[in-house]
Amino acid sequence: MQFSENWLRTFVNPPLDSAALAHLLTMAGLEVEETRPVAPPFSGVVVARIVEAEKHPDADKLKLCKVDIGAGALLQIVCGAPNAAAGMKVPCAKVGARLPGDFAIEAAKLRGVESFGMLCSARELGLSDEHAGLLALPEDAPIGADLRAYLDLDDTRFEIKLTPNRADCLSLTGIAREVAALAGAPFTPAPLTLISPTTDARRAIVLDAPRACPRYCGRVIGGVNAKAPTPGWMKERLRRSGIRSIHALVDITNYVMLELGQPLHAFDNARLSGAIHVRLPRPGEELLLLNEQTVKPAPDTLLIADEARALALAGIMGGEESGVTLETTEIFLESAFFAPEAVAGRARAHGFSSDASHRYERGVDFQLQRPAIERATQLILDICGGVAGPVEEARSDADLPQRGEVRLRPARARQVLGIELDDGVLRGLLERVYLQVRDLVVELRVTPPAFRFDIEIEEDLIEEIARLHGYDNIPAPAPRAGLSMLAVPESARTDWEVRHRLAGRGFQEVVNFAFVDEAWERDFCANAQPVRLANPIASQMSVMRSSLVPGLIANLASNRKRQQNRVRVFESGRCFVRRADGENGAGEVPGFAQPRRLAALAAGPALPEQWGEAARPVDFYDLKGDLEALFAPRPLAFAPVAAPALHPGRAAAVFLDGRRIGVIGEIHPLWVQRHELGGAPIVFEVDLEAALAAVRPANGEISRMPAALRDLALVVPVSVSAEQALGALRAAAPEVVREISLFDVYQGRGVAPGHKSLAFRISMQDTQRTLEDAEVDAVISGLLLHVERAVGGRLRV
Amino acid sequence: MDKLDQLVNEARAAFAAAADGAALEQAKARFLGKSGLVTGQLKALGKLASEEKRARGAAINRAKTAIEAALEARRDSLRAAALDAQLAAERLDVTLPGRGPAPGGLHPVSRTLERIERLFHSIGFVIADGPEIETDWYNFTALNLPPNHPARSMQDTFFLDGRDEVLRTHTSPVQIRAMLAHAERHRALDVMPDLRIIAPGRVYRVDSDATHSPMFHQIEVLWVGERVSFADLKGVAVDFLRKFFETEALRIRFRPSFFPFTEPSAEIDVAFMGGALEGRWLEIAGCGMVHPNVLRCGGIDPERHTGFAFGFGLDRLAMLRYGVGDLRLFFEGDLRFLSQFR
Repeated sequence: MQFSENWLRTFVNPPLDSAALAHLLTMAGLEVEETRPVAPPFSGVVVARIVEAEKHPDADKLKLCKVDIGAGALLQIVCGAPNAAAGMKVPCAKVGARLPGDFAIEAAKLRGVESFGMLCSARELGLSDEHAGLLALPEDAPIGADLRAYLDLDDTRFEIKLTPNRADCLSLTGIAREVAALAGAPFTPAPLTLISPTTDARRAIVLDAPRACPRYCGRVIGGVNAKAPTPGWMKERLRRSGIRSIHALVDITNYVMLELGQPLHAFDNARLSGAIHVRLPRPGEELLLLNEQTVKPAPDTLLIADEARALALAGIMGGEESGVTLETTEIFLESAFFAPEAVAGRARAHGFSSDASHRYERGVDFQLQRPAIERATQLILDICGGVAGPVEEARSDADLPQRGEVRLRPARARQVLGIELDDGVLRGLLERVYLQVRDLVVELRVTPPAFRFDIEIEEDLIEEIARLHGYDNIPAPAPRAGLSMLAVPESARTDWEVRHRLAGRGFQEVVNFAFVDEAWERDFCANAQPVRLANPIASQMSVMRSSLVPGLIANLASNRKRQQNRVRVFESGRCFVRRADGENGAGEVPGFAQPRRLAALAAGPALPEQWGEAARPVDFYDLKGDLEALFAPRPLAFAPVAAPALHPGRAAAVFLDGRRIGVIGEIHPLWVQRHELGGAPIVFEVDLEAALAAVRPANGEISRMPAALRDLALVVPVSVSAEQALGALRAAAPEVVREISLFDVYQGRGVAPGHKSLAFRISMQDTQRTLEDAEVDAVISGLLLHVERAVGGRLRV
Repeated sequence: MDKLDQLVNEARAAFAAAADGAALEQAKARFLGKSGLVTGQLKALGKLASEEKRARGAAINRAKTAIEAALEARRDSLRAAALDAQLAAERLDVTLPGRGPAPGGLHPVSRTLERIERLFHSIGFVIADGPEIETDWYNFTALNLPPNHPARSMQDTFFLDGRDEVLRTHTSPVQIRAMLAHAERHRALDVMPDLRIIAPGRVYRVDSDATHSPMFHQIEVLWVGERVSFADLKGVAVDFLRKFFETEALRIRFRPSFFPFTEPSAEIDVAFMGGALEGRWLEIAGCGMVHPNVLRCGGIDPERHTGFAFGFGLDRLAMLRYGVGDLRLFFEGDLRFLSQFR
């Protein structure tokens, strides 16, 4: 909401400067977003009349003007404006004047002719961007008057951001009421006179939907001159409130809306037929609006209609075909109350909003309709002339909002706010904002005025008390509470431990958007049915990601473009997958799985470039090592898997305690090529919850006996995985075998084609005694026998 | 000079002249070997009378001991010289960079969040979490935002295609989920223990420029109990902001505002008393006492319990803390930017 400070001060004029007034409003919840002077500083500019305008003897585009500034002698001023003409009234900067930009006016010679001042355009005075010619002033502007005073330019435009609960402040009257209450200054309402009808022209009004529209006032005014100019002061007040002047009748309705808060609408009475009906739409009904949009009103959108057709969307916007024009001579003026529920959301559903709907959906004073129509009538008669008929009022008292008493327990208010204010002070605060208070000793009973739509429960009153007492005056002590310790479960790691582990292994965390390009989902996740947004911000952000990996790949591509070739990134976040309704647990949303995942990508050299290590590209086993370190000491298992966008021979499913928790692999070479990813990036993605689980360590017995170590090189077919061979050994190992580790893999000379050698170190130990050589040999032969049967392994010779 | 003394002097000179171990062993043989000069002296003793023999023998043994000591001393000094030479040869350029991987780092917003979690944890708040695709009920209705409420337009919502769910526009729905779970867990008790949670996470709004991102982070703070007041809200918020920015040189103001889910409601503004942003009021959080309708939707009796909630823009706190001017930098994955926050 924008308004002129000077206009506001006609209603309430506290002894505060602009900055103090802005602070007062802001700290009362009417946030002043901006204050801007209406005009930049300038001085020495007066109203002048051009008496003569002759061509300059030596310049085609200049004129030689004789100007009257009310100082007796006429001034000679050379002027280049194309519209300069005798008889015109314009601003004149006298010699000695200072214009915006600290531009001083001096006597000068232009093409040999002396000039004593400057005639000004609106732009030269910083009033607007208009610079096509001189600013034409009204015919009745007093010659010699200081322009700042004449145009009321020592004024500040306030812009306040109103919260939806304070509809009562969507008018100068409302803001003035608030300022009066806050500053303790007297409030002078706008002048109100009742206009006695001078004709009995009238139009009947029928409330077909009285719950939605319980009060509708209308009046016929005939003989109006729609072409009458809007007075300068009104135009200017509208302009400073951000409203463009259209023509007098529309300007007056807007003016009264700004002044009082009541939206008004003027119909061209000649284009109406029969009674006005306030009703819901009929099937198939259409309406061409003033904004030239044709709408099919939804079934719950209230209409103003006559007996022939729909005329307007009630409380939202008038219709093009029944609106006033410059040719209109007889109007039907509407001043109605529409229930907030009947207007709320309707304009938005049609894709626009209007000043009227903005006010109605937040709540308009339901006692304001008659005063507003009288005020508007007065202005119309004053400006456009004409004769007014009687005010016709249709009303359904039962459907008008009720203002019941709201209970306030002072003790509760004190407890909720944490302040000590006695009952009398609380009562005084409420009465300052026009709330009626009845004191029942144990509690107060408070009745809000018709213009407040936000006082229905005790908390609404507590808020008023806090606001009027001043939030700054409420203390901010350290709170007191029982001290009990929080649980710190050892069977869980925090997000932070997981993230720091990855960071410690050289990965940089990223945060990517959760909405991605549909093509990514298709290419990288083989997801043809992603979760789609109805209103994406851009087409490449139209679906919800089902995997974190495509985002990391995009990070790789964009960093490569910035000459960052070694990329190690990770992200932790939710993914989104459709799922049948009914499969969800507590805390979930039916129809969707939204698992938290953790993914990492490594590409480029395995190590940062350095002098002491040979450079080599990162590979599968590097990232696998990172993944294992992340879960350590809990062992992971891996099995080959076919996964979208991964190299078919270099991808594995990841298992923890037998449960599949994710995938790891090298990006498929085709995708590497298609997306220009350089080398072969390796990625993993696992369930974050799996990484968050931890095991509580427990002490076991440590043997003091010496360990026996044996190395065992097994030759197996290449198709046998290390995991299979190790599994076979472990399955057959008796209790004395403490550890079996793989320490070498070899293929080549000395090993038959199609085979590989796997070298294991087997550590054996008893807790009570030293193992005899014979026992150790027996264990080893037992293992060999088993591994031969299980995976076809043989001792390498 | 005694002949023996001369021998000792000769031996010392010979040992000193030996440049390495081998030369020393040769010199040793010359004096102490089987046919060495000292041995020769001892052999010659037999020819002497017993009285003279004893005296002479003792003298020879003294000389031998002196020669052996000289030998040992020379050995030690040769060993020390050899070690010095080895150590000199093994000298490293200690200024060469260390070997191995370099550490990565957390995202600046994560780093910010980790600190915030610690601060709130220190006064008994625990982390709560909720889904990002959220139902209309949790995201709006339960937060006192019924359909068609004008305040719904304050939040430009992402809708899902063909479904009623939305991308959550704030972390506030976690309040409802946490309250419902808390109320259920303690249903059998006469006195419900206080609920103190913080709920950080990603939220979504249809908006994009230097200060708005369609996805950003919020953190919700909620405390519900039998005597929680607006003064407590101010106390916690002020304490938090001073601890977070690690300065007392911070002006903090609470300005009346409106949110459907709290009443009274406030915006929290801060102004730094130094630095690039000195003196400017910056909007940093929305807060208030939890609205009774919201408590009811959370299964909590508003007559008996009150609570406060506030919501911070996590990204904004990170921007202020680290001097980041453009919100979009957080979401572009540029390693040159991110690696500054290690």
